[in-house]
Amino acid sequence: MDLWKPDPTFYPSAKLASQAPPEKHAFVALLNPTYAGQADVIGVVDVDASSSSYGKLVGKVEMPNIGDELHHFGWNACSACLCPYAPHPHTERRYLVVPGIRSSRIHIIDTKPDPRKPKIVKVIEAETIAARTGYSRPHTVHCGPNGIFISALGAPDGNGPGGIFILDPDSFDVLGKWEIDRGPQHFGYDFWWHLGYDTLISSEWGTPNMVEKGVNPEILLKGGYGHSLHVWDLRKRRHVQALDLGAEQQMVLELRPAHDPAKAYGFVGVVVSLKDLSASIWLWHRDKDKWAIKKVIEIPAEAADPEKLPPLLKGFKAVPPLVTDINLSLDDRFLYVSCWGTGEFQQYDVSDPFHPKLTGSIHLGGIVRRAAHPRAPQTPLNGGPQMVELSRDGKRVYFTNSLYAPWDEQFYPDGVRSWMVKLDAKPEGGIALDQKFFLETDGLRSHQVHLEGGDASSDSYCYS
Amino acid sequence: MHAQAWAWLALFSLGAYHGINPAMGWLFAVALGLQKKSGRAVWESLLPIATGHVIAIVAVILVAVLAGEVLPVHVLRIAVVVILIGFGVYRIVSKSHPRFGGMQVSFRDLTIWSFLMACAHGAGLMLLPVLLGMSAMGAGHETHLAAFPSVKTQLFAVAIHTFGYLLLTGTVAWVVFTKLGVSVLRKAWLNLDFVWAVALIATAGLTLVFSWF
Repeated sequence: MDLWKPDPTFYPSAKLASQAPPEKHAFVALLNPTYAGQADVIGVVDVDASSSSYGKLVGKVEMPNIGDELHHFGWNACSACLCPYAPHPHTERRYLVVPGIRSSRIHIIDTKPDPRKPKIVKVIEAETIAARTGYSRPHTVHCGPNGIFISALGAPDGNGPGGIFILDPDSFDVLGKWEIDRGPQHFGYDFWWHLGYDTLISSEWGTPNMVEKGVNPEILLKGGYGHSLHVWDLRKRRHVQALDLGAEQQMVLELRPAHDPAKAYGFVGVVVSLKDLSASIWLWHRDKDKWAIKKVIEIPAEAADPEKLPPLLKGFKAVPPLVTDINLSLDDRFLYVSCWGTGEFQQYDVSDPFHPKLTGSIHLGGIVRRAAHPRAPQTPLNGGPQMVELSRDGKRVYFTNSLYAPWDEQFYPDGVRSWMVKLDAKPEGGIALDQKFFLETDGLRSHQVHLEGGDASSDSYCYS
Repeated sequence: MHAQAWAWLALFSLGAYHGINPAMGWLFAVALGLQKKSGRAVWESLLPIATGHVIAIVAVILVAVLAGEVLPVHVLRIAVVVILIGFGVYRIVSKSHPRFGGMQVSFRDLTIWSFLMACAHGAGLMLLPVLLGMSAMGAGHETHLAAFPSVKTQLFAVAIHTFGYLLLTGTVAWVVFTKLGVSVLRKAWLNLDFVWAVALIATAGLTLVFSWF
């Protein structure tokens, strides 16, 4: 049923959204890495600091099948519904669209009337997605001005190409493949857009066959994983330009375009450089009538005792930072960077996007460091800062520590024991762990977090 | 007031009603002004937006006038009534909305967009009962009963309607761009889809009443 006034969680601009009230609940993907016995769940975490159950799991919904591997997810509707050229402002932000990256099933979960008791209202089977789009292994979900966009890693047989497909935002019917002309693009992973420029950007990981049995050192050392960005015409659904970072830049993952639709730039994280195991952040930007890309942050590997390294890394005598996720505050001022390998979480001031300044850093977990949380200072933690989400006002930062079940054990052979933490961010820069917030999820691994009402990676805006 | 004056007022008001709808022009003008950081961009977008609206209305009137050449007046009236009711019901049942354009739009793009939006809202259809009514009112002392008033009157009707439309679209766009800001959307963008559909059906009812006498 449509609303009488626009959904109160829709904001015309990112600036207005940053004045939104604090979130009360967080939704987190919790997966069972054994793929047996128990199904994955979407957990509901109380993030209201005044509540007695603050920082605790207060609700959950279990998937109907075992072994989905819940990963990323998104909303049925967001602030993009206010866009002037295809407005549907009276749609309600209510359903989570939750793919299983292993099963290729997509679950539609109703978060109302009680966000602590979410319910599954529809399941789209892998066969339907394969038949209507040719795609499989759905990944990123973004609500767009005229449909729900979902990226996929590849085809049902596990090969490429990966791409993007569309769901109808009202019926959740699978409408079909998005691309009309994919040009040289073959690998898929993340995507987002510059609505003000009718431009979509996509990034590259690898095909399902290249990632589902763990990271393949042979492919990696040959520079065989993705190392390019692709620029697309969002209206014509055609490939416009490829931005190659160079084959040594392996796995170009999370895309964070500026939230202000008038700004034509964004940040992308690279997991590892074959040259020196460093990780890096690159800035893509409009340069006259073309798009260009430039490295703006490099995070070096840290020397380490081979005894403390997993077999995959022993020969290198170093821990790679492994930048696996980044996130940008709604005012486009602070960029957060997860270094899953070294167990470091960084904050940069990117007011001048070409010259980021490091303004904060904390350590937690890490392949060698195993830094503890102040809540349990005697317990070394494994896993490292990974999926990060920010509140709309930019004051609260949440992150979890698992990457992807088939890869977790290669870097943390003792198995990732999962946790979710929260940081407080100061308005002028600087971050600190909230000592009261340390959620351990017993047997289940936590992955992406989304906040009730929207966050820094859920919405896009048409008004500058 | 003279009956004809009521008709002009109705045409102007319908234009104003179309103009005030965020989905039919002013909001797009504001967005383009914000994107380009220029008040001029707001004004410049009004011309293609109005052009698309006029084309949509003229197209509907043209089709109706041509139909009036071959159909008896009472059949034409009934046809208009049926189409209005059908379209109103469709607007209540269907959730589809036009999907065209983006934020980098040319004059042509904006014209097409505005044309599609006007068609989707049945803007032209809403004018037909007024035009049919005008000829009925003016027909008292004429021997030949025409479905529509003269071409001159029709053109004047389109002009009055467009004036009302442009006046409201332009004023709202400018006030939102310079004074209120887009946050006003959050409170003031009421869901008029249902009201709009009921208005279509109501005009059908009025046409029916008119054609009775």
